[in-house]
Amino acid sequence: MAKLTFSIGGIHPADSKLARDRKIEVLPLPPKVYVSMFQHLGAQAKPIVAPGDKVKAGQIIAEPGGFISAYVHSPVSGTVKSVAPRKDLAGYNVMHVEIDVEGDEWAEGIDLSPELVTAIPEDREFILDRIKMNGVVGLGGATFPTHVKLNPPPGKKADCLILNGAECEPYLTSDFRILLERTDEIVVGAAVMQKVLGDCPCVIGIEENKPEAIAAVRASVARLAYPGIRVEVLKKRYPQGGEKQLIDAVMHRQVRSGGLPIDVGAVVQNVATSLAVYEAVQKNKPLVTNTLTVTGDCLPVERQHNYLFRIGMPLSYIAEQAGGVPEGAVKMVSGGPMMGKAIANLDAATVKGSSSILYLSDATRRKPEGPCIRCGRCADACPMGLEPFLLRKLYAAGDAVALEKNAVHDCIECGCCLYSCPANIPLLDNIRLAKAQVMGIIRARNAKK
Amino acid sequence: MTETIIWTVVILTVLGLVLSLVLFWVARKFRVEEDPRIDEIEKTLPGANCGGCGFAGCRAFADAAVKAGNLDANFCPVGGSEVMKKVAAILGCEVAETAPRVAVVRCSGSCANRPKINEYEGVQSCKVKAALYSGDTGCIFGCLGCGDCVAACGFGALSMNPETGLPEVDESKCTSCGKCVAACPKRIIELRPQGPRGMRMFVSCTNKDKGPVARKACSAACIGCGLCEKTCRHGAVTVADNVAYIDPAKCKLCRECEAVCPTGAIHGVNFPKPLDKDAVKKRIAERNAAEKAAQEAAANPVKKEENNG
Repeated sequence: MAKLTFSIGGIHPADSKLARDRKIEVLPLPPKVYVSMFQHLGAQAKPIVAPGDKVKAGQIIAEPGGFISAYVHSPVSGTVKSVAPRKDLAGYNVMHVEIDVEGDEWAEGIDLSPELVTAIPEDREFILDRIKMNGVVGLGGATFPTHVKLNPPPGKKADCLILNGAECEPYLTSDFRILLERTDEIVVGAAVMQKVLGDCPCVIGIEENKPEAIAAVRASVARLAYPGIRVEVLKKRYPQGGEKQLIDAVMHRQVRSGGLPIDVGAVVQNVATSLAVYEAVQKNKPLVTNTLTVTGDCLPVERQHNYLFRIGMPLSYIAEQAGGVPEGAVKMVSGGPMMGKAIANLDAATVKGSSSILYLSDATRRKPEGPCIRCGRCADACPMGLEPFLLRKLYAAGDAVALEKNAVHDCIECGCCLYSCPANIPLLDNIRLAKAQVMGIIRARNAKK
Repeated sequence: MTETIIWTVVILTVLGLVLSLVLFWVARKFRVEEDPRIDEIEKTLPGANCGGCGFAGCRAFADAAVKAGNLDANFCPVGGSEVMKKVAAILGCEVAETAPRVAVVRCSGSCANRPKINEYEGVQSCKVKAALYSGDTGCIFGCLGCGDCVAACGFGALSMNPETGLPEVDESKCTSCGKCVAACPKRIIELRPQGPRGMRMFVSCTNKDKGPVARKACSAACIGCGLCEKTCRHGAVTVADNVAYIDPAKCKLCRECEAVCPTGAIHGVNFPKPLDKDAVKKRIAERNAAEKAAQEAAANPVKKEENNG
């Protein structure tokens, strides 16, 4: 069968899935967790607990701060120590709830048994409510609240649900591991989301470098026999897991500039989100755990791990459990090497969307910048059809009108331009600022209307 | 041969005359009436077209001033009061006297005071750096040290000091146009009145973290202890969000706050003599003792009366 891929741009970075054969291990509970109030896209959550309160695992500790926001639950049982600002991954102050861990007692009504619940609830509103109340957000990177995404605005209908199992970022293996180890749950989660979206067909897209996962998911789909779910093999190519790229690959439809996937009838969810939806709807279990990879090019394979962590565990605690920061690591990244964020503060707490601790060696340092030789590789590599070299120049000239004309706001910040540039010009760094500037102008204009 | 030359000269002369008449007619017909004061004001202005006034350039400034007929919305920071007086004379209106200002870098986070906790290898631009993370030191409020302000300054008044890693203002060149203020993503540069003979006091820190956190990140940070606020007799110092601020309008340059500041976050510049901290502290202690004695003296007579009664 033909392997699918998107039509323009893209790069082929080395695979480096070093931790792919490491089974998911459950991390022991730390003495303390710090639960961030800013774990999702949109408004910050508002804490509803005070110091001294006793909480159980799975209990709501913060309410959504707006329409696009999410509930936050306590990942552990214990006593709330403080509700105060604490430094996040980037070193900025964010409100955190600090909880002293005492035992591991879960709130009532949560099904912790390992049995697979395959019967899909009939009531759409019930499913959406469960997803919302259990704080499920997109775990593919953007952490957009799932209940909002699964509830298209009136007049728009989903033709296809795409489950993103591409995991096109090098090094990361957490999605691959859950596809192997929690296959059935992911497939049931997909069926639940199908139900919400009006029984639309579902495509599970997996990159060709994960043949074991493809076989496992195919077997599971056949065994569970939900209607309208099929598995498609995707070519190995970055950024295959980008929302718009995946829609192009699977449905051969392009989202127009400034548009949303639902405009072309697509809803894309990550496989990890599907697992969270399964747990939220079928087990009534809030999103308080996720899978994370500890990996890197300077870490021996036996020290690489895939962990099931509780949200709020400090990164430093996880690093310690994995044997500490290795010698020779010069960079620490949370997320993949292409789009991940540098860890400026290892004491930062994990959030719902944490996907890795990546140690990179000296070889990954940036090389000195040279002059642009006008080779056009950045424009060839851009999966959104933009011209990064031009955008950088326009930004330097401060021409916001021309930047908008050249659709800088369509940039998905995948980093293909920077990766492909032979002169090591920091294209994305500048484009990201240009994008923020233009987005601000567009928002201000829309607000005026 | 001669004929050709004569004819050429005649034709060109006639052509020239006719065209000059056309040009004369066009110039009269399509003349744009413009207030001559706009030109006059533009000539008076410094002509740097820096945009410090908020207009696109000096001509736009002059245009706006003439249209409004007053100078309520216009102020040229580069020319200052002197130029504004001349502009007011042209317009025939009044203008309020404004003290000349100067850019002040409110950060003492030099390499020695504020150790680096990570290494930044991205683009050398404060804007890019601030968009990525909080910076390579423990202080999330202080100078990022990539020199966006230096690049923004059109008068060459700012330069990075390689020793401290902080920008420095050349007061003789600074025109207080405010470009650096806008360029700094951490907003640490402030335009403050120059003060008498350049003497002025300011808090060289913007760290809003709590005392211990701020102190851990930088040994010269304002820890919000409030000693300066308590000491100041002029009500010029206020501590809000764990950081002190000196109101230049109220400050009397007594330098007492500078003497009591435990971290040295308060700076006094251009004073003729270096500050003798002990002498000032002694003065404050003596004054406090005297005040206390006076208070007691004021309280005691009441007691005596009670005893008598």
